[in-house]
Amino acid sequence: MAQQILLNNIEVPGLASFDVYRKLGGYTSVEKTLKNFTPDEVTAEVKKSGLRGRGGAGFPAGMKWGFIDKSTNNPRYFVCNFDESEPGTFKDRHIGQLNPHQLIEGMILGSYALGARTSYIYIRGELFYVLRIIEKAIEEAYANGFLGENILGSGYSLDLYCQPGGGAYICGEETALIESLEGKRGNPRIKPPFPAIVGLYDCPTVVNNVETISALPWIMNNGADAYSAIGIANSKGTKLISACGHINKPGIYEIELGLPVEEFIYSDQYCGGIRNGNKLKAVVAGGSSVPILPAELILKTAKGEPRLMSYESLAEGGFETGTMLGSGGFIVMDDTTCIVKNLLTFARFYHHESCGQCSPCREGTGWMEKILQRIEDGRGTMKDIDLLVGISKHIEGNTICPLGDAAAWPVASAVRHFRQEFEDHVKLQKCPLSK
Amino acid sequence: MSLIKVTIDNIEVEVEPGTTILNAARKIGGAVVPPTMCYYSKLEGSGGKCRSCLVKVAQGSTKDPRPMPKLVASCRTAVMDGMVVQNITSPEVMENRRAITEFLLLNHPLDCPVCDQAGECHLQDLSYEHGLVDTETVEERRTFAPIDIGDKIKLHMNRCILCYRCVMVANQLTDQRVHGVLGRGDHSEISTFITRAIDNDFSGNMIDVCPVGALTDKTFRFKSRVWFTKPFDAHRDCPKCSGKVVLWKKGDEILRVTGRKDKYGELEDFICNDCRFEHKENSDWVIEGPRKIERHSVISQNHYETEVRNRSNQSQ
Repeated sequence: MAQQILLNNIEVPGLASFDVYRKLGGYTSVEKTLKNFTPDEVTAEVKKSGLRGRGGAGFPAGMKWGFIDKSTNNPRYFVCNFDESEPGTFKDRHIGQLNPHQLIEGMILGSYALGARTSYIYIRGELFYVLRIIEKAIEEAYANGFLGENILGSGYSLDLYCQPGGGAYICGEETALIESLEGKRGNPRIKPPFPAIVGLYDCPTVVNNVETISALPWIMNNGADAYSAIGIANSKGTKLISACGHINKPGIYEIELGLPVEEFIYSDQYCGGIRNGNKLKAVVAGGSSVPILPAELILKTAKGEPRLMSYESLAEGGFETGTMLGSGGFIVMDDTTCIVKNLLTFARFYHHESCGQCSPCREGTGWMEKILQRIEDGRGTMKDIDLLVGISKHIEGNTICPLGDAAAWPVASAVRHFRQEFEDHVKLQKCPLSK
Repeated sequence: MSLIKVTIDNIEVEVEPGTTILNAARKIGGAVVPPTMCYYSKLEGSGGKCRSCLVKVAQGSTKDPRPMPKLVASCRTAVMDGMVVQNITSPEVMENRRAITEFLLLNHPLDCPVCDQAGECHLQDLSYEHGLVDTETVEERRTFAPIDIGDKIKLHMNRCILCYRCVMVANQLTDQRVHGVLGRGDHSEISTFITRAIDNDFSGNMIDVCPVGALTDKTFRFKSRVWFTKPFDAHRDCPKCSGKVVLWKKGDEILRVTGRKDKYGELEDFICNDCRFEHKENSDWVIEGPRKIERHSVISQNHYETEVRNRSNQSQ
């Protein structure tokens, strides 16, 4: 079994309560860190560990912390992005629901490193039951002296709040999250300035993903070297993968980065192979926004090397023949799947979730959905297929935030790898896989 | 403060640090100025949304000559010393501007024959200069019923391109804001808070900042095509605003009063509703003389200061 950092005790009954969590060694990292480390040393430790942002972009967490503007006397904020809403991704909810104290412990460490006196967990509105669990855990942490004034007599004080959003995917984009947290409409801001300079209430802010923050206690307990010993190349540590689709064992798995994709799909320890012994057709490796890959390219790179579950290996070949690790939403499709229909579902999602602020995304996402609906219904033309690619190209890179890219990449990649299937829809004037 | 140098379409200009690419281009003037559908220099925080002013930064600065990886919104990007910008000299920029125009027209009703804005519409101008002759879209457009927001302003949401300018006017110019953007994506709409009327001395400026015919003056609706009216500069002593306006006359009759717009379609001064809606007699005003009209829109037919650009000589 691979090293378990995030899911180590996840099956222990009552882990969400302070007593059980504490008995299993919880909050020791806070005791250790507040006593032995200065804030800058914590940042240095996280930098050294090679921990990368687990929300999707994979930006090195320590480096992001390093950007925070310490030149002003303004307060600094540390914010946890719990707006998990990418189709296919359901890992953060698992942590929040079953192990909220690990997240809180990570929040204390991160806030201490950044010098934040007030921190927020911004949670997606639909996860109201998780909000209640986290709020109870925060209360327990206050009662036991790990939050509030003068934590453990160290002189460091921290207030932590859990704030629900309205259930918008766009509020997972960090500047939209900040706007929403301020009580405004969740429109992404135009960058620069970046949140590390002008963030929440115009103060320096760092926003990190739930999984990133939850890895901090282990790193501070065991050291950066122990963390960076796990993994491969620039992909250090473990990653939660939420596997779903046509596999025998869907679920959330913690893998050491560098695991071969083939092993992940077919090993009984993980996905357990394709359902009913069907053939693997395609995989969306990192949540709905990353490019889809056909079976032959997800198992092996274009150069014929085995594809690994790591930031570099999945990206090998660029968008021509590669994809991204993204948020770890691993969607597996067998040969009964219609790629056009799957893409239509994704396109409908992005159309629904576009904030409508900038024109390419606002108009383009709806347009792509309409065209895909037409092709799937058998009313499409060959020209529509090229039009789709054209629209995706004109959205990509031209929008304020990455939602436009996220909407464009699946379309561009599906047509790139499965053009024949789109053409079959047009020629047959119906979905070839429909009965 | 010392000036910094920036090159736009091979033309060098010196500007103050902190100036945006757009304003540097406006300093040069003429064909190198990117079009703007949402930016409005008098409204704080405007711009960045319509993406029609995207330009290519071929060289970031003298210090860091790397090009910027994506096209940038010229209205919201500050120039750096030694920056090299390509606007109409970049085929990539022109191609994307065509695409943006198409996106903006995708849900636009194209009801120009019955639209009061026709003739002074920025979207018409943008499509004239950058749009395609043949439209690719066969899609159904989103539709909303026109509504009254206040007794003097009509909102045609179908025509709106969600530039947010009127929202910013409401936020920055008037108190007790009751109007904003509801919903999201292409189904979002400008609206008021549960049928509240907009009742404010400066609300009429929303009509002037609207780049399209989404917000129109109910006292002028369907009275005349704008190109049949003649604009005159005029003023009056107004306790609320500068009182400097443009009267749009047909014969001797004043059909409409608006603020004075510069060559980029931006108001020189915001005027009050009193001047705009309530003073339509010649005796109300001191008429200064015919207004000098810039290139913008067909109102200046036969009076263009510069030749109208068309797409063939633009791409050279």
